[in-house]
Amino acid sequence: MLERDISETLQQQVQKAIGNKTLLKIECGNSKAFLGRESHGETLDISAHCGIVEHDPRELVLTARSGTPLKEIEAALAESGQMLAFEPPHFGVNATLGGTIACGLSGPRRPFYGSARDFVLGCKLINGKGEILRVGGQVIKNVAGYDVSRLMVGAYGTLGVLLEISLKVLPRPAASHTSMQECTPAEAISKMSHLLSQPVPVDAACYHAGHFYLRLSGSEQAVKYAHEHLGGEVIEKSELFWHALREHQLPFLGSANPLYRVMVKPAVPPLEIAGEWLLDWGGAQRWLVSDEPIALIRERVAAVGGHVTQFRGGANNGEIFQPLAAPLLVIHQRLKASFDPHGIFNLGRIYANL
Amino acid sequence: MSVSEDGLPCNRDVHEDLIRKLRKLLPPEAVLTDKEDLRPFECDGLSVYRRLPLVVALPETVAQVQAIMRLCHALQVPVVARGAGTGLSGGALPLSNGVLLSLAKFKRILHIDPENAMATLQPGVRNLAISEAAAAYGLYYAPDPSSQIACTIGGNVAENSGGVHCLKYGLTVHNILMLKVVTIEGELLTIGAETLDSSGYDLLALMSGSEGMLAVIVEVTVKLLAKPERAQVLLAAFDDVFKAGEAVGAIIAAGIIPAGLEMMDKVAIQAAEDFAHAGYPCNAEAILLCELDGTNAEVSEHVMKVRKILHQNGATEVRTAVNEAERQLFWKGRKSAFPAVGRISPDYYCMDGTIPRRQLPHVLRQISLWSEEYGLPVANVFHAGDGNLHPLILFDANKDGELARTEEFGQRILQLCVEMGGSITGEHGVGMEKINQMCIQFNSAELSQFHAVKAAFDPDGLLNPGKAIPTLQRCAEFGAMHVHHGQLSHPELERF
Repeated sequence: MLERDISETLQQQVQKAIGNKTLLKIECGNSKAFLGRESHGETLDISAHCGIVEHDPRELVLTARSGTPLKEIEAALAESGQMLAFEPPHFGVNATLGGTIACGLSGPRRPFYGSARDFVLGCKLINGKGEILRVGGQVIKNVAGYDVSRLMVGAYGTLGVLLEISLKVLPRPAASHTSMQECTPAEAISKMSHLLSQPVPVDAACYHAGHFYLRLSGSEQAVKYAHEHLGGEVIEKSELFWHALREHQLPFLGSANPLYRVMVKPAVPPLEIAGEWLLDWGGAQRWLVSDEPIALIRERVAAVGGHVTQFRGGANNGEIFQPLAAPLLVIHQRLKASFDPHGIFNLGRIYANL
Repeated sequence: MSVSEDGLPCNRDVHEDLIRKLRKLLPPEAVLTDKEDLRPFECDGLSVYRRLPLVVALPETVAQVQAIMRLCHALQVPVVARGAGTGLSGGALPLSNGVLLSLAKFKRILHIDPENAMATLQPGVRNLAISEAAAAYGLYYAPDPSSQIACTIGGNVAENSGGVHCLKYGLTVHNILMLKVVTIEGELLTIGAETLDSSGYDLLALMSGSEGMLAVIVEVTVKLLAKPERAQVLLAAFDDVFKAGEAVGAIIAAGIIPAGLEMMDKVAIQAAEDFAHAGYPCNAEAILLCELDGTNAEVSEHVMKVRKILHQNGATEVRTAVNEAERQLFWKGRKSAFPAVGRISPDYYCMDGTIPRRQLPHVLRQISLWSEEYGLPVANVFHAGDGNLHPLILFDANKDGELARTEEFGQRILQLCVEMGGSITGEHGVGMEKINQMCIQFNSAELSQFHAVKAAFDPDGLLNPGKAIPTLQRCAEFGAMHVHHGQLSHPELERF
């Protein structure tokens, strides 16, 4: 495994960009370039800044440099029977920890175990003044200072350059088991909502094309007992299914129409928007492939208190992410200025001028 | 250390104007200015810091909070928000030239939504009341700080409160979905969403643990969890604290995440036993309480495994609570450890550092050496699962110089936590208490960034000024050496 610390070089590049008023486009494995709005600038390549800095399995904490390939981290964790519990999608072989955290991506286990943001404990970053800051820490509980490390998650590099990230990691469940049942979308939503108040070891639940998939994980006995109780047809090699779901490799996701990520309360009934739907996260994250105008989709989703991201396809210079209420936008602009006073990092990646 | 004069500027005309205008916004009984009425607000749970506010405002609607904030913004008067006042770091310490904004009247549970497993609450709803109300649906709210019968959800968010179940279920930040907050400019913002995430920056994380520095919380939507089918607690006794520490690591290494994993040393065991009669083995040097929850099948399997690990790691005795009543009793001892210690010593000073768990033996050894050096006994209560230490230094404030020695001792413990790669506060917050120790954990660039974050919400610095983040000048005066994340100030010196 490659290990290299180029923080000083990166810091100098940022300082130079500040001096020359150059816009920077932060890039690591470049597997998530399709996400968010188009952003222009000179490439700041982080990928050479890599390696696991620390992983003591007994502490349940892993610290790695941003450029570390996600697959290396997952392999190292697997060796000690551990995992990234937020089950991040890679979206490409070059996926890195930095990109995953900057984009705040989580996979099927998210509603039951927590999101990428939930597992971040601390980070080291370069702010827009060219300073290297350490925020958060390597301990599970830490309330000293504002939670700037979690603020970086999903900020798409617009607030700073992530150098190093500390994460809480968890043991892999001893057993895992997936079952499938045929049902309607409304029945699936009702099943998934019901499970929220049941003490069952669910760690993934999704619905697609007439089939409801439920993954149970935990101790051997717990999984066996829960399966007997909940029923359903056993799926062999189910990890392939969850992998394809997580990586957006299910056939319909390859459609020419844009893919929307629709976030709603899990029990919201099926929405009347034409297109092909996949309900993940127990109904809380719904994928929609549709050629309906985004304005109409947003209007229908907003009516049930949700929000929409244009995830793949479509124009990359519009409102990809749900527009912010005016007073919130003001806070965002001020926060951006507080981290990146010269406005050089990934300008416009999530919102115009941010 | 009673602080009466805070040396803040006092503009009598502005203050009279403020009180007159507050009386126009609120009913007469909701604006307090008489000394005896202000007295209950002079401190929070950290009573060594006391100060009377200029005025206490007790709004009961969001519109009133907005109006108060606009007024204070217009008059440039500082505001300190207060929940139940159970905080342990002086975060709700009033300002003699400011408004103490009490959210005590915001007590309603607005909505419990079992279908989506969430609840919407006013900030003054007590932590325990949430789980009580959700119980009818088989749901509960996971974070359970020891003060849960009294502390309120607004304060929990402001402090990012933890509790004994953090390792498995997370802190407040992991268990909230949406906040409504009022800025100092009187703007009502919705942060987060009823969905699992929201667009834009993660302001929900930023608000959690922000100690009233960024905005005032007027509504909280929390995530509820299914009540586990079964919870079982094991109590293990050890003749050596270090063996107990080893056992903790071994349980985690075996791939088991206990719902709670707590450790107490001899002084704490004795005090808790005298207080709560929990049946703790008083001859033990340390006890571990290990709670396992989940499905019936899983708990049975894990109880067997954990028993074995505890014995392998030298436990002299392992007991499993025979029923729910005994389980509650085992926990009662732990949860009453602080008041129990309060009975055996005239005063105690509770520390709240965190360390990587593997450093526990070193840190405990060092604390016991310092305890001898200072002649001050220490009771150790430890959230062993997540590395959060609560050494309680026992002292007598009436003895000359003892408080000063206690504070110096405490500061050395916190500095040691930072040197070990930990933090000066795991869950009690910085507030007024650890403002100087922030200078040890963070350098000036980091502190400046924190100030800039505050300014993004509160450009004039009117919300809870002087707390949580020290000024650079204060750090210079404090003169403490900045210890950066595990990098010792003098690595060549023998520490232990």
